[in-house]
Amino acid sequence: MLNGKTAVVTGAAKGIGKAVALAFAKEGCNIVLNYHSTLPDGVVDGIEACGVRCLPVKGDVADFEFAAGLVKDVKKEFGTLDVLVNNAGITRDMLLMRMSEEQFDQVINTNLKGTFNMVRHASSLMLKQRSGAIINMASVSGVTGNIGQANYAASKAGVIGLTKSAARELAQRGVTCNAIAPGFIETDMTDVLGEDIKQGMLASIPLKRYGSVEDVASAAVFLAKNTYITGQVLNVDGGMVM
Amino acid sequence: MVFEKIREIIAEQTGKDEEEITLDTNVKDDLDADSLDLFQIINDIEDEFDISVEDPEAIVTVKDIVDFVESHKN
Repeated sequence: MLNGKTAVVTGAAKGIGKAVALAFAKEGCNIVLNYHSTLPDGVVDGIEACGVRCLPVKGDVADFEFAAGLVKDVKKEFGTLDVLVNNAGITRDMLLMRMSEEQFDQVINTNLKGTFNMVRHASSLMLKQRSGAIINMASVSGVTGNIGQANYAASKAGVIGLTKSAARELAQRGVTCNAIAPGFIETDMTDVLGEDIKQGMLASIPLKRYGSVEDVASAAVFLAKNTYITGQVLNVDGGMVM
Repeated sequence: MVFEKIREIIAEQTGKDEEEITLDTNVKDDLDADSLDLFQIINDIEDEFDISVEDPEAIVTVKDIVDFVESHKN
């Protein structure tokens, strides 16, 4: 049911975004692959090996005009925008009393404003199509809060509020909007954490293992296929938050 | 010219025939357009004529749109 559709994935050079892009390619979607700085060799080839088109687009989703241009390019190249996965995200962890204004602003700009920018421009096209699925990457941090992540948790909680509001507005035209809240997923973002923090995390995961990027990607595909789920936050976290 | 283009945009968004749309047409009441339709029409008109509609609430009839575009374009 996703075959021949167009999926846009932001922050897709590596980690969860790359796995999401590949998962949609395997479903037969043409992929618009947004990345911010560098795109490692082989990412585009891996997607095209699934027999679909892949359009890499470099740029910062925190830039309102870039987001507008990206959506315009998608319409021009592919005609429709069927699935949007807002995955681009950064961390600038620091305890609250030492967190700089810049650290706070950077995280809010990329994670929350970047998501808004993409939803803002893509929704206009999806409303016109009267179909589409938006999937925003939140985090269990946004649900529970996390030490050293006041900025990140705030941005992800913001993404959840944005998701629910968009779901209500866009439902009038059959467009769905959901969030995925990954728990501890093995990526570059979590590799930098200390061993003691990792062990502490593991103890709080009922399934006793870290998640993989594929665990998150399969949840995204599921949400894109289901047209009767909207406004939800799907935790992909081994049971960490219930 | 402006009216014809606006009529085309409104017809596309609301699914009505262009003949049904005149200057006196009330966009919401006569064309069964909801607020989402109206905002999409305004978005399209902003893109088409490269203008910015500051007060969408002021738009009631097709003539309101035409007058606004005529006085703001260029």
